[in-house]
Amino acid sequence: MNTVVNYFRSLMLWELLMGLKLTGRYLFAKKITVQYPEEKTPQSPRFRGLHALRRYPNGEERCIACKLCEAVCPALAITIESEQRADGTRRTTRYDIDLFKCIYCGFCEESCPVDSIVETRIFEYHFEKRGENIMTKEQLLTIGDKYEQQLASDRAQDARYR
Amino acid sequence: MIETLDTAMGGIPQVVWIVIKILAIVLPIMGSVAYLTLAERKVIGYIQVRIGPNRVGPRGLLQPIADGLKLMMKEVIIPTNANRFLFILAPILVLAPSLAAWAVVPFDEGMVLADIDASILYILALTSMSVYGVIIAGWASNSKYAFIGALRSAAQVVSYEIAMGFALVGVLIAAGSMNLTDVVMKQQGSFLHWFWVPLLPLFMVYFISGVAETNRAPFDVAEGESEIVAGFHVEYSGMTFALFFLAEYANMILVSILCALMFFGGWLSPFQGIPVLEGLFAWVPGIAWVLAKTAFFLFCFLWFRATFPRYRYDQIMRLGWKVFIPITIVWLLVAGAMVLGNVAPWFD
Repeated sequence: MNTVVNYFRSLMLWELLMGLKLTGRYLFAKKITVQYPEEKTPQSPRFRGLHALRRYPNGEERCIACKLCEAVCPALAITIESEQRADGTRRTTRYDIDLFKCIYCGFCEESCPVDSIVETRIFEYHFEKRGENIMTKEQLLTIGDKYEQQLASDRAQDARYR
Repeated sequence: MIETLDTAMGGIPQVVWIVIKILAIVLPIMGSVAYLTLAERKVIGYIQVRIGPNRVGPRGLLQPIADGLKLMMKEVIIPTNANRFLFILAPILVLAPSLAAWAVVPFDEGMVLADIDASILYILALTSMSVYGVIIAGWASNSKYAFIGALRSAAQVVSYEIAMGFALVGVLIAAGSMNLTDVVMKQQGSFLHWFWVPLLPLFMVYFISGVAETNRAPFDVAEGESEIVAGFHVEYSGMTFALFFLAEYANMILVSILCALMFFGGWLSPFQGIPVLEGLFAWVPGIAWVLAKTAFFLFCFLWFRATFPRYRYDQIMRLGWKVFIPITIVWLLVAGAMVLGNVAPWFD
């Protein structure tokens, strides 16, 4: 008996009509597309985008060349060289991040004892020439200076979870 | 209407007049094909809860023109080991019959390029022709994917041709004529007089076979991306590819308009025989009804594509040979009995 019922059901295309009904309903559903350049999705304060090096409010750079980020970087994207400055502190002479190697895992940010290397919310950038993918210390510091306000507030928001 | 125009245009040579008539059919078809591609992307997008192309022109309305321009500018690459002559011939062989079939399609009473008595036969003959183009394309490309795709497509089209032919025989029995204009005129009365009521199984078989014939989803194994890249037209690029594309969509429109003509009363108003509504909609020209019905079936094509996963190959063959052909044969007997018994309201 069941076989006969099933046979007639398949002959009447019952299951197929049910499927059409479902997709037909979605035809009128609210569309979730985000019109990208004009509209943007909300970003988390933990967003991991382009890198930056931060400074203390007195203008002194935070980085103390401990090289923890270089050590922890799984993609070996960070290259650091350091020297002793005239006032006896250790500072970097070179701090390069190869953005082609970087996988934006955020380990450098996590390992940094002084919150110097951070990842910003910037994700819309491109390179036009070979070599532009290497971010130098100066470039990273410039980005950090430019977005310091946002970086600080993002860190403050996240502080109690760290 | 065409006869009166004929006498009015008596001064123009016959050949020029025929060319004008052909252009009057082919150009709108090309336009509809272009915008059918946009409609397809929009409908599928909407069903997938996105909005589809909307960047080129207002609401994406210029997208087909951009696509067409791109295809025209692209280089036509002929593979080194391909047979040049056949390689170029194949897309033409696919497109030509699907356009030629339109010659006998009536858009309104008397609005037909060639009002011949064997029009159903003519359409059946021409739609079967395009499979040669597909086979030649697969063979001439000299590529394994194209070859497998062509074989699959040929086997599928040939199997469904039979069921489709039988379904058309049903229409022929019901209408007692092979002239498409007569077929439509036989369905006069009301929307219950249309042949979809007595011939419902044949209509289903015809439409589903039509989907299979045009190699559309869910019967698109001929171009299954995951297994054989793009099937018989892998090696085609630029304008030669565009011709295959045009032919596929022109065939879709043809199958849809034939459904409308043979089973859904063509240019007859669906409100015929309903007291008030009939008068209210009397101003709508017949061609508008035909096009509206065609548009509905075209929408079904897109709806199917957005809904159903691809059939497995043996399932396609089983459906064609072991389900559709028996159903059509049985229903031909039923239709014959109905005609002999003068069953009202269709055959009295």
